[in-house]
Amino acid sequence: MRKKRLLATAFMLVISLPAQSVSWRGNVTVQERLFFQDPADPRQHGNNFSVAAQPEMYHEWADGQQSVSFIPFARLDQGDDERTHADIRELSWSYVAREYEWTVGISKVYWGVTESQHLVDIINQTDLVEDIDQEEKLGQPMAKLTLIRDWGTVDLFVLPGFRERTFAGVKGRPRVIPRVEKDLTSYESSQEGRHVDLAARWSHAIGDMDIGLSWFHGTSRTPILNPAQYNGEIVLAPFYQIIDQAGLDVQLTRGSWLWKLEAINLDGNYVKYKRATGGFEYTFYGIANSAADLGLVVEYLYDSRGELATTPFEDDFLTGLRLTLNDEQSTDALLGVIKDTHDDSYLVSLEANRRIGDSWKLSIQASKFLADGLDQSLKSFAEDDFLQVELGYYF
Amino acid sequence: MKKILLLLLLSLSISPAWALTAEEKGLQIAQNADQRDSGWGDQKQSLEMILRNKQGQESRRQIRGRSLEVTGDGDKSMSIFDTPADVKGTAFLSFTHVNKPDDQWLYLPALKRVKRIASKNKSGPFMGSEFAFEDMSSQEVDKYTYKWLRDEKLDGKDVYVIERVPVDKNSGYTRQIVWSDKEIDQPLKVEFYDRKNSLLKTLVLSGYKQYLGKYWRPNKMDMNNHQSGKSTQLLFTDYSFNNGFTDRDFDRNSLKRAR
Repeated sequence: MRKKRLLATAFMLVISLPAQSVSWRGNVTVQERLFFQDPADPRQHGNNFSVAAQPEMYHEWADGQQSVSFIPFARLDQGDDERTHADIRELSWSYVAREYEWTVGISKVYWGVTESQHLVDIINQTDLVEDIDQEEKLGQPMAKLTLIRDWGTVDLFVLPGFRERTFAGVKGRPRVIPRVEKDLTSYESSQEGRHVDLAARWSHAIGDMDIGLSWFHGTSRTPILNPAQYNGEIVLAPFYQIIDQAGLDVQLTRGSWLWKLEAINLDGNYVKYKRATGGFEYTFYGIANSAADLGLVVEYLYDSRGELATTPFEDDFLTGLRLTLNDEQSTDALLGVIKDTHDDSYLVSLEANRRIGDSWKLSIQASKFLADGLDQSLKSFAEDDFLQVELGYYF
Repeated sequence: MKKILLLLLLSLSISPAWALTAEEKGLQIAQNADQRDSGWGDQKQSLEMILRNKQGQESRRQIRGRSLEVTGDGDKSMSIFDTPADVKGTAFLSFTHVNKPDDQWLYLPALKRVKRIASKNKSGPFMGSEFAFEDMSSQEVDKYTYKWLRDEKLDGKDVYVIERVPVDKNSGYTRQIVWSDKEIDQPLKVEFYDRKNSLLKTLVLSGYKQYLGKYWRPNKMDMNNHQSGKSTQLLFTDYSFNNGFTDRDFDRNSLKRAR
């Protein structure tokens, strides 16, 4: 109901703006996922078709000092009812002054530097049904004040309205086994999803170092998944605890080297842990007398919980190769292998993109899960190797 | 005696380059050009980039640019991409430096991510074009050593022909030959020689117009790559000065807002 009213308000806002000053852009994508094994749960779908749209409206006035942006998103999925979903990625007003900026409404922010996982990035909830790489985010209601000083930038957040993580449905794939049942969602806070969260971040560029320190108090974006009974079926019930999270992200940019580190300390009444990701990216420019660059990415992933961690990345290495052709079609590819250091669990992924003509983009993504080891969280994807082909029209 | 001294002084002041070496003269020409083009403060412009391959197939991209003059160091600049549509909203922030590597950030609107990028790759192509990053960045006197080669006429205009050698060892060029218009102190043609010292590219700059009664800017640049047969044309429009830009318009916060 609230969503409908919000959409109606957004629509009114958009049509009331002078048409010539509103800029539109966006994309429509069609996607096919091919699976190569029988699903671990016979209810899960096979090959799957999906279509998504994300138009973006932007309007500014007062010489760019004020602006509104509206980005709705919707996906229709052939096989998974949970993946058929809509969201308001952005519906916000911004005010920019010389020493401060305001953003009020639904918006998205990104924190962090590493490639294999994004630990410090906590403001927006992950739209996990979109992509298991956790890079797609849901819109987050916020009031954000940015203070710009000589000694850095300070962002202060008040975050009313929690967003639950999205999970693949009964038929969805890839997904964890047993599946996550959203109806069993519970919270530590008596205010449940209405708890008002707070966050702050200081960031600065000092010479060749970019650094950020962040703090968050509120509902954890990562739920604790507890086994439960649901209509006679064993499922996982998401439980969102209240946490304090401190985060650090640093990047040193030296010649062909990028040195990266992200670390968090998460403290809650139910679960506490420290996690970190650190490593480097080294780029060979103009390989084989061409315009192409080849980057080597190495990152170590640490979780203080060890094998008890709920993520597959508790003592692992990412080794990746990034090829950028620097051609007219902006062709790039990233091949990555994440391997557990003391067990035979691998996650192999390949991502490649190429523009076709002026308005189309072809993206290919492949994931292979090799989980002969003990890692339970990866094991449940073992039958879900997939190849995804996506064609997007951009306007 | 006094008369002779006066005559000598007079002759020196009339032709100050008389006793200069080719290197000194080359440097002086570069310094004069730099001096004449300083004080512009800030500017913005629109740019259409037309990429042509060997077969003559075209692809176009629109870029808006703005820059801020920094005295005593390289300039600050920001480029915002409008097309192709899949990179619309992508923005590139660069702080050019004379004596140390440039600082560069890229904003990726889909992730809302600001990424610091390595600037070592000076010779890499800018947006898949025949222009390298180092061709697009601000031209500072101290980035090269110079040598005056000769004076001649180019398309009926009097020009200095100067050879300049990049100081930065990461440059993709061993040397460049510049044909500089004596009247406006701006380049009309540049030849780029690759690391093997063979002719790689020729740049032709044309359609110079004067702004604020002082500063000359081209409206067209044609870069031809002789080795690949590809070419890139840059068409500049809507030059505007005195926009009131400050450092604040060239920081990581403004990068996120660049539309």
